[in-house]
Amino acid sequence: MKFALFLGCNIPARVEQYDTSARAVLKQVGVQLVDIREFNCCGYPMRNADQKAFLLSSAVNLSLAEKENLDIMVLCKCCFGSLKEAEHVLKEQGNLQEEVNRLLAQRGLKYTGKTQIKHFLSVLYHDVGLDTLKNNISRQYKNFKIAPHYGCHALRPSKITRFDDPVAPTIFDKLVEVTGAKSVDWNRKLECCGAPVLGINDDLSMNLTRKKLEDAKKVSADYLCSACPYCHLQFDVVQKMIISQNGNDPLASVLYPQLLGLSMGLDEKILGIHMNQLNISDLTSFLESGEENAE
Amino acid sequence: MVFNLLLYISLAIFTFGLIYKISTWFSRSIGISAKEISTSQRVSAAVKGIAGVIFSAKIVTLIKVFFLDVLLQHRIIKEDFLRWLMHMLIYSGFMLLLLMHALDEIVTAKLFSEYYSTINPYFFLRDLFGLMVIAGVGIAIYRRFILKVPRLKTNAMDHYAIIILAVILVSGVVLEGAKITSYSEYQGMVEDYADLEEESELEALESYWVQNFDVVSPNVKGPFDEEVLEMGQDLHDASCVDCHSPNQWAFTGYVAANILKPISLTLDGVGGSTVLYYLHFLACFIGLAYLPFSKMFHIFSTPVSLLANAVMDKETSDPANIATRQVMELDACMHCCTCSLRCSAAAAFDALGNEYILPAEKMTFLKTLASGKALSQKQLQAIQEGVYLCTNCDRCTVVCPAGINLRDLWFNVREGLVQKGHPEPLVLSPFSFYRGLNRENISTEDYAGPVADANRAVAGKFEQVMDQSTPISFKDREIFQLNQLPSAGTFSYCFGCQTCTTVCPVVTEHENPLETLGLLPHQIMNCLGLGLVEMASGPRMLWDCVTCYQCQEHCPQTVQVTDLLFLLKNLAVKKAERTADQLSVDTEAV
Repeated sequence: MKFALFLGCNIPARVEQYDTSARAVLKQVGVQLVDIREFNCCGYPMRNADQKAFLLSSAVNLSLAEKENLDIMVLCKCCFGSLKEAEHVLKEQGNLQEEVNRLLAQRGLKYTGKTQIKHFLSVLYHDVGLDTLKNNISRQYKNFKIAPHYGCHALRPSKITRFDDPVAPTIFDKLVEVTGAKSVDWNRKLECCGAPVLGINDDLSMNLTRKKLEDAKKVSADYLCSACPYCHLQFDVVQKMIISQNGNDPLASVLYPQLLGLSMGLDEKILGIHMNQLNISDLTSFLESGEENAE
Repeated sequence: MVFNLLLYISLAIFTFGLIYKISTWFSRSIGISAKEISTSQRVSAAVKGIAGVIFSAKIVTLIKVFFLDVLLQHRIIKEDFLRWLMHMLIYSGFMLLLLMHALDEIVTAKLFSEYYSTINPYFFLRDLFGLMVIAGVGIAIYRRFILKVPRLKTNAMDHYAIIILAVILVSGVVLEGAKITSYSEYQGMVEDYADLEEESELEALESYWVQNFDVVSPNVKGPFDEEVLEMGQDLHDASCVDCHSPNQWAFTGYVAANILKPISLTLDGVGGSTVLYYLHFLACFIGLAYLPFSKMFHIFSTPVSLLANAVMDKETSDPANIATRQVMELDACMHCCTCSLRCSAAAAFDALGNEYILPAEKMTFLKTLASGKALSQKQLQAIQEGVYLCTNCDRCTVVCPAGINLRDLWFNVREGLVQKGHPEPLVLSPFSFYRGLNRENISTEDYAGPVADANRAVAGKFEQVMDQSTPISFKDREIFQLNQLPSAGTFSYCFGCQTCTTVCPVVTEHENPLETLGLLPHQIMNCLGLGLVEMASGPRMLWDCVTCYQCQEHCPQTVQVTDLLFLLKNLAVKKAERTADQLSVDTEAV
C-alpha cells in the first residue's frame, strides 16, 4: 500500500503533530508514504473568491500524483473535500478540464482523473482494516469516552466525497472503538466546528465551537477526537481563546493518530502529545497496563 | 592620479550609501509593527539587543550560523545544488579576487613577501578565481534564460548584477590578454627589469619573448635562429624568469592573448591596454559605488538577516528590534525566487495573473512601499490581494536562503494594508483563518475594521434592491452565467420547502436571522429562480455560510445550494473588484 501524502498548508505550519503521528501510525501498519514536494494549496480558501484559482490549484496536486502513478491520501478534511470537489467538477465539465489542462501544461502536467483521493480515516478503515489495527494495538483504553467529530467537508456533499453515510456515519466511531475507548453519541457530532468562518465572523465561529463543546460535555465525553487540522485548531487554539474569555473548563481534543498511536505503544514525543495547546497528557492514564492486556 | 581620485570618490559614495542604507533600517517602517516606535528607540534597542546576544550563550548559535549559513550557504544547497554551485563560484571567486588581486598591495603583499602578480601561484590563481566567477555568472545566465527555473522572474536589478559582474570579469581577462601581446607593455618591462644596452641583446630577448611569451613585435618575427633564442633565454633567465611565470599559467588571459594576436599591433597602437585598464577599474568602481543601492547590497544585508533571525523570535525579542529587522529583511532579499518556487498559493498566480501573489515579487514591491513612494489605487489593490492570498503555510520562511522571517513580515504588511480601509474581499475567505488565530496580536478595533469594510464592499447594492419602495428589476437574468458548473441551474428545481434554511446551523445561531443575514438560503434560491441576481449576491448569509453542506445534502430536490452560494460569492467578489476599479479610475481622473 503506497500513497502520496497530502499535508496541505495548516499541518506543516501549525499542526505538525498530526503529520508526525499519522506517519508513525501508518508506518506501524505498513502503509508506505511518498512526499511530493511540489504539492500546493488544495484550493479550499480560494473557493469563495475565484472558481478557476480553486480548480487549478487542486488540479496541480491531482496531476502531480497522477504523474507519479500514485493515489493521494489526505489528512485534512477541507483539503479532502476540495480535491474531491475539483475532481467532480473537472469530470463533469469537459471545457473546464481543457482550460485547466492548458494552464497545467505550462508546468508540464496533465490531469486525466486517474488518481484516487482518500482521506486518512478511510485508508485506515477500508484499506488497512480494523483487524490489522487491532493486531497492532498493545494497550487498550479503559473507561474512556471519546466524542468523535466527523468534519463537514469529508461527510458532505456525500455524493461527491463518498466518505461515509452522511446521516449515520460509523467509520470514525469504529476506528475510535478499536482502541478500546468508547465512542459516545452526541447531538452535534456531524455539525460544523466553526473554523470556516474564523476571521470572517468570529462570534459565529466561536459560538458554533462553544455549542459543540457544551454538547460533548453533556454526554460526559473525556475528549473530543478529530482528524482534520482546521477542526483541531478550532478545538485546541480557538477553544483556548474561548476559555480565556469565559473561563469554562476545557474539553481538549486529540487527533485520531495520537489516540491510536498511544494505544499502539508509540513514542509520545513522535505523536506530539505535548504539542497540543490544551493539555492532553492524561490520555495515558486511561490506558490499561500492559500486563492486563496480556492476560 | 585619476585612478586614486575615482577610487576615493567611489569609496566615499559606497561608504555614504552603506550608512544611508543602514540608517533606513531604523528610520523606515512597514505594516503596523513600528507605528509608535521612534528611530532613536529602535537604535538603542538594537544596540542593547546586539550586546545582549554577544554576551550570552546565543553567541554559539551566531557562530554556528555564520559558518553554516553565511559561509557555506547550507540553506541554498538544501534547496538547489546548481544554484549553490553558482553562488559559491561567484562569491568565493569574487572574494578571493578582491583580496588577492584588487587589494594585493594591502593584503597579499603584506602576507606573502615574495608576492608578485606575474609569478605563480598568484599568476595562476588570479585566473582561476576569475574563471570561477565567470562560470558562476554563466550558470546564472543559464538558469534564468535557458533553463527557465519556474517562477524565477528577472527584474532590472538582476540584469544589473549579472552585467556588472560580467563587465568586470570579461574586461579583466581581455586586459590580461592585451597586456600579454602588447609590445609597449613588453618594452616597459624591459626598461624596468632588464639592464640591456646592446642591440643584439635586445633583439635576442625580444625574439625569445615573441617566441615563448606571445608578445607581438613590430620588429621581429619568427622563425628565429636557434642561437638568437638561446641568447634570449640566457637573458630571460637573468632578468625576467624570477618575476614572470609562463603565460600558459594565466590560462584565461593566455586564450584571450591568442585570440587578440592578429589585431595586437593596432590595439597597442591606440593604447588598447590603457583603455581596457580604465574600463576594468571603472566597472569595479561603479560596482563599488553603486553596491549599497543595488542587489549586491545583499553581501552585507543577507548575513545580517541570517544572523538576526537565528537569535530573534516574536515572543522574546523587543518589538522595536523586530520592526528594524523587518525593514532590513527587505534589503536581505536578493530576489532568488526560491519562495515563489515553493509558494503553496502560486497556482492562484497562474489562474489570476496577479504577480504579487508570488512572494518574491511581493518583496520587490515592498521595497518601494517602504521607501514611501506613492502608489496608485490600482497597485494598492493588486498588492493587497497578493498579500492576502496567502495560505500561511510557512514554506517561504522555511526555504528562504536569506533566513528572512517572511511569516511575520506578511502578517505585519497584511495588517498595514487592510487596515488602510480599502476593502479586500479575500478577508471574507478562509484566508482569514490565520488572522483569526492571531487576533490577540491585533487591537480590537483594527481587527474588526477590515472585515466590516469587506462586508460592505461585497454587499454591493443589496440595501437598495431590498428597499421595497423601488420596483424589482429582472434585468439581471442576462448577466448571470451559471452554465460553467455542474450546479448551474439546479436552483430551478427548488419548490420552496425551506429544508435548506431549517438545517442551516448559521440560521439556527441567530435570534432574528433574517435581520442579520439579509436573506435565508431558501430565499436566495427563490431570488435565483426569479433572476434577481443582484439581490441574491448581496446578503450577509453568503459570507456567514460555514460551507458545511447540510443544505445541499438535505435538499429533496437536489438543488446544489452550497455550491450556488459559492458561485454567488465569486460573483459578488468580481462585482466588488469592478466597483473598486471604477473608483480608482475616477479618483485618478480627479
